[in-house]
Amino acid sequence: MELNSIQQYLLREIADIDGEIKGAYNIRSDSMSIGRQSTENVEIVSKTGVSGMDIFIKPDTKGESVHIPVVMTQSGLKETVYNDFFIGDNADIEIVAGCGIDNCGNHDSEHDGIHRFYVGKNAKVKYVEKHFGSGEGTGKRILNPVTEVYMEEGSTCEMEMVQIKGVDDTSRKTVAELKAGAKLIVRERLMTHGLQQALSDYAVSLNGEGANADVVSRGVARDDSYQKLDLKIVGNAACKGHTECDSIIMDNGKILAVPALEANDVDASLVHEAAIGKIAGDQIVKLMTLGLTESEAEEQIINGFLR
Amino acid sequence: MLEIKHLSFAVEDESAGKEIIKDISLSIPDGKLIVITGPNGGGKSTLAKLIAGIEKPTSGQIIFNGEDITGLSITERAKKGIAFAFQQPVKFKGIQVLDLIRLAAGRELSIADACVYLSMVGLCAREYISREVNASLSGGELKRIEIATVLARKSLLTLFDEPEAGIDLWSFSNLIDVFQKQREEIADRSILIISHQERILNIADEIVVLNSGVIEKQGG
Ligand SMILES: Nc1ncnc2c1ncn2[C@@H]1O[C@H](COP(=O)(O)OP(=O)(O)O)[C@@H](O)[C@H]1O
Ligand SMILES: [Mg+2]
Repeated sequence: MELNSIQQYLLREIADIDGEIKGAYNIRSDSMSIGRQSTENVEIVSKTGVSGMDIFIKPDTKGESVHIPVVMTQSGLKETVYNDFFIGDNADIEIVAGCGIDNCGNHDSEHDGIHRFYVGKNAKVKYVEKHFGSGEGTGKRILNPVTEVYMEEGSTCEMEMVQIKGVDDTSRKTVAELKAGAKLIVRERLMTHGLQQALSDYAVSLNGEGANADVVSRGVARDDSYQKLDLKIVGNAACKGHTECDSIIMDNGKILAVPALEANDVDASLVHEAAIGKIAGDQIVKLMTLGLTESEAEEQIINGFLR
Repeated sequence: MLEIKHLSFAVEDESAGKEIIKDISLSIPDGKLIVITGPNGGGKSTLAKLIAGIEKPTSGQIIFNGEDITGLSITERAKKGIAFAFQQPVKFKGIQVLDLIRLAAGRELSIADACVYLSMVGLCAREYISREVNASLSGGELKRIEIATVLARKSLLTLFDEPEAGIDLWSFSNLIDVFQKQREEIADRSILIISHQERILNIADEIVVLNSGVIEKQGG
């Protein structure tokens, strides 16, 4: 597999890929698979009819990973990709996704990834997704991911979703349905700058006894950017749900947080926290007494916040 | 050597102005440990903030090693060698103890080197180095991390605002040792501690009593 320098750069940013990849992988570049490897326990098969893949992870698979990064380097490309993950009972797997768009031209580039996860009984998934844009062109970099997670009894899913730089427009939708004893942990990090817009919408249903969801979204909106966060948890059983929306606004940034809780069972326990504000003045002052300038202090505070 | 000359600080208070620091003059010679004490609300923290540049005086001058620093920013004063351990430590989401110590030291300290500062304040370093400096830490833990951070700066003049608050007796003895050692380590380093603690008063070269914004008593 030969990679050019832009491909290499994007892969490093979104998936920490530098050289050889261990385990199963598929690398998609400008709508083509440019490298794929299945393993004994992880099988990657192309879909027919639509773009995308089915990824089968055998029951009882332990300590393996799947990397499925996407890069786009041509201006004006627009694609919708469907990836389905079938995670066998008791499997323990790390999935690294992510999309990097480099747009040097004046046409919009768009990647809409629809990811569905069928998580088997007592299986454990760690999912890491990074979105990143670069390039000097006037064409927008647009990412509209849809993530659906269907969790069987006793399964665990930990999702880390990060969009730090360069994505002009994003509309993220995440839907999760949890059966008894399933546990979902979401850590979302969003940073927007310039004229960027980011919408993020969560709908989590806790359908079985002991289901547990913890959804934390941290965002920073700088310049003239805008973020809207819609976090909804529905408790349909004796379950626990927690959402947290924690945002920093700077310059003319605007953030709308719309939290929602719905309890349909008397033993559902749902908690929601939300806070929006600028960087606390005493944090900046403290770092300045350590010798940082005001803007260095802000940078450190934001880097920490979005870690 | 720090010289405070006719320093005053007033704030707008409803209708009338309120003077919190009133025409204070004070010198902190090189190599000395000065303790400022006095009743709550006397203006001690405000004086420390004026020295660090966090508050700007209404009138008067602050001279540090011969240079008038009254107009300098917090950052510039820090770079010239003034460090300040706050009475109320600041919390940060996501920033870890190690990050803060490294920022304070101004270089990429090794974990082992960073741990030295935590040990000095009686924290089991390995347990704390990657903790976030947030509300998950107790008041006493935050306070010790604050002190450790300031020790890592190795500054010419270090201000400690009520370092004893929230610190148990055993650690407190260690802290006294730390202050003593800090003085011995570099001859011309000076320390200003705001404290009510007798044992800290006992190691002072000079004690200043600040009450209602004026120096009420001063002596060795
Ligand atoms: N920025 C400020 N605005 C209004 N009042 C202040 C301000 N800073 C300090 N004060 C008041 O000044 C007095 C001295 O405060 P402080 O310096 O914190 O005292 P100490 O540290 O000796 O207890 C207190 O009455 C406090 O409420
Ligand atoms: Mg005080």
